[in-house]
Amino acid sequence: MGIYSCIGKNLEEVNRSLYEGKSGIGVDPMRKEYGYRSPLTGIVERPQLKGTLDRRLRIGLAEEGEYAYMATLEALRTAGIDMDYLEKNEVGIFYGNDSSAKAVIEAHNIAVEKKDTTLLGSGAIFQSMNSTVTMNLSTIFKLRGVNMTISAACASGSHSIGLGYLFIRQGLQDVVLCGGAQETNHYSMGSFDALSAFSIRIDDPAGASRPFDAGRDGLIPSGGGASLILEDYDHALKRGATIYAEVTGYGFSSNGMHISQPSDVGCAIAMERALTDAGIAPSDVDYVNAHATSTPQGDMFEAIALDRIFGASQPLISSTKSMTGHECWMAGASEIIYSTLMMQNSFVAPNINFENPDEYSRKLNIADKTVEKNIDLFLSNSFGFGGTNSALVVKKYKA
Amino acid sequence: MTREKIESTVKNFLVEEIEVEEKNIVPEALLKDNLGIDSLDFVDIVVIVERNFGFKIKPEEMADVRTLKQFYDYIESKVGDK
Repeated sequence: MGIYSCIGKNLEEVNRSLYEGKSGIGVDPMRKEYGYRSPLTGIVERPQLKGTLDRRLRIGLAEEGEYAYMATLEALRTAGIDMDYLEKNEVGIFYGNDSSAKAVIEAHNIAVEKKDTTLLGSGAIFQSMNSTVTMNLSTIFKLRGVNMTISAACASGSHSIGLGYLFIRQGLQDVVLCGGAQETNHYSMGSFDALSAFSIRIDDPAGASRPFDAGRDGLIPSGGGASLILEDYDHALKRGATIYAEVTGYGFSSNGMHISQPSDVGCAIAMERALTDAGIAPSDVDYVNAHATSTPQGDMFEAIALDRIFGASQPLISSTKSMTGHECWMAGASEIIYSTLMMQNSFVAPNINFENPDEYSRKLNIADKTVEKNIDLFLSNSFGFGGTNSALVVKKYKA
Repeated sequence: MTREKIESTVKNFLVEEIEVEEKNIVPEALLKDNLGIDSLDFVDIVVIVERNFGFKIKPEEMADVRTLKQFYDYIESKVGDK
């Protein structure tokens, strides 16, 4: 696993932030200038790649690709996979990404100024496409297996892991790099801000993301990169790899309704399918990492669905978006990493800012502070525009 | 622009932006074979030349340009002191 986010630039930093309930939210002055209703965002530091990565491999990377590259370096290192292994073995990639706005807008601005597309440079096209992350990572890391981007709105990262899991289970790949990436520049979220979906608790950035709290007033966009190496169990054992956890269930559904309005029915179907696929009952789940983004509607529908499935067993639930903000295309992958870190280190990270439940969230067992707890199995939800839903079940690895 | 200024400007952007190894920058160096400049790098060089010298390279005018010296000559023909 590897992570590059607003709450830490590696697994160790992120684990500490999760345990301490540290927020990564701040104010972006560029957003104010650009005319955002809300300038709140996860603050992610751009990595400096000049001098460490060859120019040709570097200039096709858009911002989100740089984050994904950093996360993948750590993921490969912790998986014990080096360039020699990648050159001799077939590794695939499914990675979630659903925009590359900055590259598109900057190229457009040059074209408007110069009225000449030959002055856009060679990197613009490779940075602009939705598949920018997979096309770059597969080139940098010499990947020769399945190679495609999963664009499924805010469930992109989760579906990428689900598909990697299915490809391995089908015997089509031994190893697949999965993950999600999300840009954080001020161009990337203007049209989302247009929906007035973002929190305007501007004077209190750390208190702005409050999933399930009655006082929530919207999400805070965020980003970074999250990479996981999925591998066939026997293959991993044979290779002597460090095994963190086992993906045992994937469930998906589509609401088939409104483009932005969530549905408790669709959420529940994805969760039920994931549980069935894993061959477990709701009572087997120790922890649920909720999708809950801090929007009034979204959290309500998820709470209804969670109560329907987990009302009897009452597992601990938290939304790590309370600390990270909504990492959008990356979130489904990063939240598997966050939850796996909790599982490894026997704690449930807090749903910070959960002070007053509403009529739906009061029925749930939400961790409002860090809870020391053994986790053997967790479920992670991700939902997106267009009604795409994904749920993953992950089990602790016991040798 | 003086020949000296043209050469120093080109040398600077080849090192800083195209990341060519400085020790390889000699007038007789072949752009492709010695400096490793490929077709995608040329796309960027068009942009950099426009920014530094204020004119747009026409691919047909570059057809016979193989060495760095020929590249200096080409730029001098466009912006050199008359």
